Amino acid sequence: MMKRAKTLLAGVGLAAALGAGAATPASAVDLTMYYPIAVGGPLTGVVDGMVADFMKANPDVKVKAIYAGNYDDARVKALAALKSGQPAQTSVLFSIDIYELIEQDAIVAFDDIVSTAEEKAWLNSFYPGLMENGKTKGKTWGIPFQRSTIVMYYNKDAFKEAGLDPAKPPANWDEMAAMGKKLVKKSGGQVERWGVMVPSTGYPYWMFQAFAMQNGEVLMNSEGNQTYFDKPAVVEALTYWQKLGKDGTMPAGAIEWGTLRQNFVEGKTAMMWHTTGNLSAVKKEAKFDFGVAMLPAKKRLGSPTGGGNFYIFKQTTPEERKAAMRLIKFMTAPEMAAKWSIATGYMGVSPASYETDVLKKYAADFPPAAVARDQLKYGTAELSTYQTGRVRKALNDAIQAVLTGAKEPAAALKEAQGQADRLLKPYR
Amino acid sequence: MRLPQSTLNTIHGWLLLTPAAVLLVAFTHYPTVATLIQSVFSSGTALRPSVFVGLDNYQMMLDDPVFWKVVGNNLTYASFTIPFSIAIALLMALWVNGKLPLRGVVRMAYFTPTILPMIAVANIWLFFYSPDIGLLDQITRTFGFASTNWLGDADTVLGCIIVLAIWKDAGFFMIFYLAALQALPPDLEEAAKLEGAGRWYFFRKVTFPLLMPTTLFVMINAVINSFKLIDQLFILTKGGPDNASSLLLYYIYEVAFSFFDEAYAATLTVVLLAVLAIIAIGQFVILDKRIHYR
Repeated sequence: MMKRAKTLLAGVGLAAALGAGAATPASAVDLTMYYPIAVGGPLTGVVDGMVADFMKANPDVKVKAIYAGNYDDARVKALAALKSGQPAQTSVLFSIDIYELIEQDAIVAFDDIVSTAEEKAWLNSFYPGLMENGKTKGKTWGIPFQRSTIVMYYNKDAFKEAGLDPAKPPANWDEMAAMGKKLVKKSGGQVERWGVMVPSTGYPYWMFQAFAMQNGEVLMNSEGNQTYFDKPAVVEALTYWQKLGKDGTMPAGAIEWGTLRQNFVEGKTAMMWHTTGNLSAVKKEAKFDFGVAMLPAKKRLGSPTGGGNFYIFKQTTPEERKAAMRLIKFMTAPEMAAKWSIATGYMGVSPASYETDVLKKYAADFPPAAVARDQLKYGTAELSTYQTGRVRKALNDAIQAVLTGAKEPAAALKEAQGQADRLLKPYR
Repeated sequence: MRLPQSTLNTIHGWLLLTPAAVLLVAFTHYPTVATLIQSVFSSGTALRPSVFVGLDNYQMMLDDPVFWKVVGNNLTYASFTIPFSIAIALLMALWVNGKLPLRGVVRMAYFTPTILPMIAVANIWLFFYSPDIGLLDQITRTFGFASTNWLGDADTVLGCIIVLAIWKDAGFFMIFYLAALQALPPDLEEAAKLEGAGRWYFFRKVTFPLLMPTTLFVMINAVINSFKLIDQLFILTKGGPDNASSLLLYYIYEVAFSFFDEAYAATLTVVLLAVLAIIAIGQFVILDKRIHYR
């Protein structure tokens, strides 16, 4: 008995000694990072591989990358970790969470961390369109990582069948309405193929931002405390969307985000608006010749961006912040961004990433991969305000009410604007 | 010194109770009380700490049109799912309790929906309901009907959710009825036959009353499910279009984890708790008196 206790003690001692020995040298920094995955596919492996590459190149930094579910889950987990006293130092979270994170006093601005001229130049090396969601109060709080935009996928075979030029997708609203009408195929009284489908569940506000932008309007200010839902051009945008359904070019009612890709690859719609994140999947599943185009214009071209940004949390030591900066710089460097873009369909985040040989070659072989980049010039920030969940829901409900025929655009948007005004008043 | 036996017994008793009591307090009583307290405070952020607001959250709830919409939806949902799932469960149980070929296969088929995870099931039903490419549309199409946007139309979406819930619940409740039916003594039926009672008469006067304890149990479960089971909404509709298919608990989730308004979520949760408590008490007090226990 005594002997066993001794062995046990020795074991504990040994374990403690090992534990101390395994601890990294005094100069090393441990980082915890949460990240979300919002599209299908084995992307966790890609992220973990990139992090492993970083640690190989930077042996003095240890990164624990934790997959945290979708964007909502990741935000809940990161904020919970912060409250529990076991905080993460950096995370990839939804780009539109910025105001929520600032209100929770959870993050620091990158301007307060960068010191050298080279680092300051790095802050300006990304596409401005992707930086919009990361900037407020004159500072940069988020660095773009997994970012997407909306593009138009179209079925070239259907275009040929309807007597349209498959090399010329609709360039503006009138053309989309007219071509859409021609592309509708009926047998008997039943529709075999619709002209166009724009999804209106899941992220209706995102699609709607594209319509509004094309009509020359943004939906909120960069301070995140003012929305413009009831401006005449915005109402006009919703009226156009509603009219596509009324004309019979698009099915009436809400169109499901999740099954839309299936509708497209089965030829049930000739055109669809969807995220670039679906590009690889459509490429794999479509048995017809398809094209990818920029969204059509009204007064101008336009599409919102979407996706996740890197943030650095406030509860960090200066060393941890520096290490986190190095990690973020590594993950968003042109070569890495190119690799990430090819693996996922997300955009390369900087002009330099599209100048890398791998991405140049990929875009040359598969031109649709470059459409998102080319459209970025006309991009706008994704809808994001203080009280963002509620404000977004007010707009989503208004859009769905109009598309299901319960309300008219002007009245529905006025109501949504009223709700947003009430919610945002304390922030002005 | 020795403690008296009665004191020792008391200590002993409490020690035995402790594990269960700790769990009960930690996971049931404490959250309930914390919810009640949270509901009279405002939601705090780092920049605006939480303050006592009295009944402001409740006033806000009464003024919230979405709250009334989801309450109405939930009542509709409950008033269809509860009676239909119970009635179908009873019918299926009576059928598979009799002698029929491949009885095991039929029983298993009825029970399958229960063992499938709701999220997986909802993903399958999403494609059933999908317009043009969906199973449902393909069937109606062969009869010459036009395509219907089942989940995209405010008039049909709640019905779709209800049908899925009934399909999911009925098989589960069937198992309880089947067990109860098999426990019924066969001599009752023989006696009834000798007396010349018809099958319907026998069911109405003998079987159904004897199944009442099971019915009570099933009914309580069905009521709770109708407020508690919302997994399908995450996949099928996210409560849309325009809140047409949102239910109370889903709205609570949205308020808590999408709006980050803990206080208002707590307020809504208090209402949900109150509703469930009233229903459960009502069922026990009123129905219990009319149930024949053997």
